[in-house]
Amino acid sequence: MSKANLLDRRQVVSTLLADRKDALVVAGLGASTYDLAAAGDHPRNLYLWGAMGGAVMIALGLALAQPDLPVVVVTGDGEMLMGMGSLATVGLQKPKNLSILVLDNEAYGETGGQVSHTAAAADLVGVARACGIADAKAISTLGEIADFAKGMQDVRSGPRFANVKIDSADLERVLSSRDGMFVLTRLRGALGHAPI
Amino acid sequence: MHARAEVSDPHAQNKAQDKAQAWPDEIFAILTRHDVRQVPYVPDAGHSQLINHVLGSSTMRGIPLTTEEEGVALLAGAWAGGQKGVLLMQSSGVGNCSNMLSLTQVFRFPFLTLVTMRGEWGEFNPWQVPMGTSTQGVLELAGIHVLRASDPAEVKEVMDAAASQAYNACTPTALLLSQRLIGTKVFVK
Repeated sequence: MSKANLLDRRQVVSTLLADRKDALVVAGLGASTYDLAAAGDHPRNLYLWGAMGGAVMIALGLALAQPDLPVVVVTGDGEMLMGMGSLATVGLQKPKNLSILVLDNEAYGETGGQVSHTAAAADLVGVARACGIADAKAISTLGEIADFAKGMQDVRSGPRFANVKIDSADLERVLSSRDGMFVLTRLRGALGHAPI
Repeated sequence: MHARAEVSDPHAQNKAQDKAQAWPDEIFAILTRHDVRQVPYVPDAGHSQLINHVLGSSTMRGIPLTTEEEGVALLAGAWAGGQKGVLLMQSSGVGNCSNMLSLTQVFRFPFLTLVTMRGEWGEFNPWQVPMGTSTQGVLELAGIHVLRASDPAEVKEVMDAAASQAYNACTPTALLLSQRLIGTKVFVK
């Protein structure tokens, strides 16, 4: 049930990462992780299959540890709603290299499409801004996604937050590795950190 | 406001509370030795001396949280980026963490949390008792190894063991700092 004026989530993520360079990408559980896998597996991808509400905090820890690298979170509205407090924590820390992109289909797509709070009431851009993330905006075109992708490479001007309304099409799952140790060790290896 | 529990005179309690203790300094020294860089916390009076050390440190970053589970996720991300951390909270926060503690098994990263205990040893506030009573059980059910220090003289040794097993063996570890150690909170003087 795709609406004409809403963006396709896979196009959004592939546009975001088309020229990702050294960026580290954390994807929230569910469809966001499938979107990241669909855009192409990469050692600098951290796919989450659980820990709902934790995507932004995992990315914050990563961003603080690697201040010279762009770190971007791609997650859904349901996952972001569960971790809304983490926007206040980011707003306080103000990591300049952290970008957050919420793919907002106003529904819990992984569990049957139940309506989420963003459909009628919650404004995540307003929440982010009120939490101290000054660069927070709603995005509605792929051109703006391309601009956001350029912005996220600037590790001196974050944190930034964008909410993009996407269509609620139920796409085929593209499964990433769900072995957390493998994905984590691979990412650490890409940063030059050996296993213990 | 905390005072040492074994001090019965309320005026002496206030003095004891103002006096710096040795054991938070010992904890800070051990964290420094292990090159801990990120220190997420939800404040607790029992951690206040340690938090002040962290906020004054040039190598550690104190990171206030809105809820304790944020700290579990933060430490996973820190390790992904090559840094170690420690989560400071009180016992009531442990219950907030339980699903996020899955990360310690999925990612097997060096997880250490220092938990100041409430709801035991002369507790005044009944609302602290249920979570304080189940704190150790909740942690153990989540796969976290639990150590406890109750006497100022043993903190250094127990903290040393906790940090070693967490940071060297990636054994997810919680060190419970007993209410007997930090002092029972005084509500009525």
